[in-house]
Amino acid sequence: MDATIFSFLLQDAATNGAIYALLALALVLVFAVTRILFIPQGEFVAFGALTYAMLEIGVVPGTVWLLLCFGLAAFAVEMYSSRRAMTARKVALEAASKVLLPAAIAVAVILIAPSKPGPLLASLLTVVMVAPMGPYLYRFAFQPMAEASILVLFIAAVAIHLALTGLSLVFFGPEGLRASPLSGDMFEIGPLLVTGQSLSVYALAIGLMGGLYLFFSRTLWGKALAATAVNRLGARLVGIPTTLSGKVAFTLAAAMGAVSGVLLAPMTTVYYDTGFIIGLKGFIAAIIGGLVSFPLAAAAALGVGLVEAFASFYASPFKEIIVFMLIIPVLIWRSLVTHHVEDEEE
Amino acid sequence: MERKHLLLVFLLVLAALPMAPGMPVFAITLMNYIGLGALVAIGLVLLTGVGGLTSFGQAAFTGFGAYTTAYLTTVYGASPWLTLPAGMAVTAASAVVLGLVTLRLSGHYLPLGTIAWGLSLYYLFGQLEFIGGHDGIGAIPPLTVFGYPLMDERSIYYVIWLCVIVAALMTINLLDSRMGRAIRSLRGGAVVAESFGIDAGRVKLAVFVYAALLAAVSGWLYAHLQRAISPAPFGIYAGIEYLFMAVLGGAGHVWGAVLGAGFVVLLKDGLQRVLPQLLGMQGNYEAIVFGTLIVLLLQRTPQGLWPLLLRLVPERRERPRPAAAAALPRRAAPPPDGAILSVDGVSKNFGGLIAVNDVTFAVRAGEIAGLIGPNGAGKSTLFNLMTGVSPLSAGQVHFAGRPIGGKPSRAIAALGVARTFQHVKLRPDMTVLENVALGAHLRGKAGMLRALARLDRADEARLLHEAARQIERVGLGEVMHRPAGSLALGQQRIVEIARALSLDPALLLLDEPAAGLRHLEKEKLADLLRTLRDEGMSILLVEHDMSFVMGLTDRIVVLDFGTKIAEGSPAAVRRDPAVIEAYLGGVAHEIAVN
Repeated sequence: MDATIFSFLLQDAATNGAIYALLALALVLVFAVTRILFIPQGEFVAFGALTYAMLEIGVVPGTVWLLLCFGLAAFAVEMYSSRRAMTARKVALEAASKVLLPAAIAVAVILIAPSKPGPLLASLLTVVMVAPMGPYLYRFAFQPMAEASILVLFIAAVAIHLALTGLSLVFFGPEGLRASPLSGDMFEIGPLLVTGQSLSVYALAIGLMGGLYLFFSRTLWGKALAATAVNRLGARLVGIPTTLSGKVAFTLAAAMGAVSGVLLAPMTTVYYDTGFIIGLKGFIAAIIGGLVSFPLAAAAALGVGLVEAFASFYASPFKEIIVFMLIIPVLIWRSLVTHHVEDEEE
Repeated sequence: MERKHLLLVFLLVLAALPMAPGMPVFAITLMNYIGLGALVAIGLVLLTGVGGLTSFGQAAFTGFGAYTTAYLTTVYGASPWLTLPAGMAVTAASAVVLGLVTLRLSGHYLPLGTIAWGLSLYYLFGQLEFIGGHDGIGAIPPLTVFGYPLMDERSIYYVIWLCVIVAALMTINLLDSRMGRAIRSLRGGAVVAESFGIDAGRVKLAVFVYAALLAAVSGWLYAHLQRAISPAPFGIYAGIEYLFMAVLGGAGHVWGAVLGAGFVVLLKDGLQRVLPQLLGMQGNYEAIVFGTLIVLLLQRTPQGLWPLLLRLVPERRERPRPAAAAALPRRAAPPPDGAILSVDGVSKNFGGLIAVNDVTFAVRAGEIAGLIGPNGAGKSTLFNLMTGVSPLSAGQVHFAGRPIGGKPSRAIAALGVARTFQHVKLRPDMTVLENVALGAHLRGKAGMLRALARLDRADEARLLHEAARQIERVGLGEVMHRPAGSLALGQQRIVEIARALSLDPALLLLDEPAAGLRHLEKEKLADLLRTLRDEGMSILLVEHDMSFVMGLTDRIVVLDFGTKIAEGSPAAVRRDPAVIEAYLGGVAHEIAVN
């Protein structure tokens, strides 16, 4: 291996790693706040990537209809669960946030899409379309069983993943899509040749992580979320609604998934079912961080990117096998160091 | 109609189905797939529903079974009947390796681990050239019976369903046995199982291998049904589908697995045919429906469909007491004099916190000793140290002259130390009888193989008789067949005592046995403990009810902040200034002195 290949692999590792890091952060966030091992996080990435790629070529992405479906489902579940305490005000509020909002987004996208929006507007629209799916999904799928055990929530998450993959095929079709780079420039930094795409990935990933850090350390919302993560019951006792925390966590996760998708779209061809494998790689990093530590998860994500890059160079056909087998020693190490809560049953 | 008759009807319908006039071939094909799915799902019922070990990776084991027979029959021309044991051997070996690695994982790490190896093995099947890579292996010979090849759907149907019925009956046998109780106890955490001499790690591995073997049989049948295989049906999505079969059917019920498999296969087939026509598009619609259905089910009835069906056919109420059987051998009583348990300079630190600090005391053979102290004094921690639940930081514990510090709980239990728990640890869904019989685990011999073949009845009768005897002894004979979870908390504590007695212990460690009992019940408990002592048993109990402790015990040890502050007869301890200080504070001490 010469220096050029080596530097190329490193860059590859860093860009993929940055995306896995965003996923890992979202997974840690969701798990810490809601105890859900959110397997479908990868689907948000696929939604983001496909939406962005479609907007780029001036097609109205299926995301708008998917978003409407999610909103309607959430609205229906909300109405059903509050059928005994229905007020006109409540119905109006729920309809506004779960039906009118996605409808407005849909109208806006349908009007804007044919004009082939530039990268900035397209990314923005993508996030606006995908982010509300998070809280809608939480409302109709997870909120009714928020107190179930981690294992039951996990099985539900796998089921949701299955359903979302099916929906993804319906709304995006079987063809893969690839977007053009966010920036076509090349930069020479010392001996390294860095693409503008990579630089955008680093900048956005670092920016988002900084934003998250500020959110958790400086805002009341962030602190409420952190409190829920540390102790759900305690948080509820001091007046933090855990349902709201769940929805906020899911909004953030979906938004981060959408951003990861936008970043990924120019780097590889994304299919309707690409998200699963990518999400699982984020999981490897999240687990190394013990599903609690944000910095450790981010660092581990870079490690996963590194292993993947070098595995694909040395043993390309066995790349996925190597990456996924990596998780086993990590899991063993984790279950040895984690203090096992013995009374957790069923 | 009783449940037994329903099974008979089911078997008759199953046998007659292929011969029914006008039965279309595709219906038989579907039945074959239901059978193949049910085999794997039955394994998952035991693994996930009963044992609490969730696996999304079972499809990989069907792959081992299928690929072994495909390779050996096509390359070496081996008979399919010989490749079945070969495939099972390959699968068992892989399951042992995977199990040793992943079953150590706690809680939710385990299913994540199964997804990881499920995916990896799927990719591996596709990458290995000698088994055909992504193309797989074709031209697999059919099964033959007496030289007659089972080429068509109808003939292999009987082989498949024979396997399903045998697997279901064997699994039901297993659940209703000594090892079955051990498996069922796993869900409550390993501490209980280990406290009664069960090696939880080995039981988990055994269940894991058993489930893998059922999957391997399914894979073997699949290979000879399809006569060609490729990696696709052994991927992670197949693994997810198998788990859904078990969950939908009702993860704790063997027949639920068959129901779940039927439900999934029929619904999937129906959706695959109807939905694209209805919507005018090709797509993966069944995945959407399944995903939604599972989420709805988990939200509404997480117990699955089978219990809903069971409610329609109520079970006969009265169950007899287990028949009298030969008494189990007792252990030799320890010499009546001297210390049976001695605790020497024992300490326990949790990080910087010293929970137990250099505690020394002894329990003499044939006495009732009390361990008291205010909340947080370290009493339960000390219990956990004596029973090997948590490791000692310093010091040593001797039981009957032998050092037991550092030994695992199950080894200490085997020496004759039985305990109860401060927070009741019974399996609420098992009957009182089954819970108590778990205590006698070490006194039975029948293992998994004997249980599968129902050759364990004599052994089982002795265990159940002993359990029933202990339940009657503590006065709960009336509720023997009730689920333990339906009893009042105080009664559950008494069930724990019966379970401990079933171990035939020389030393009984009771953690707050009288909590939640009414006055009369306390008196009965005290009488029972005195009787046990008079028969030669040694008892150490932690208790907060002072009149209970003072009236019952021969000697009392008092702990405060992890340190022993007093030891002596109840009367002496009651007057001890340090004890009064610990319980009532300085002011009370002054009042007492004055």
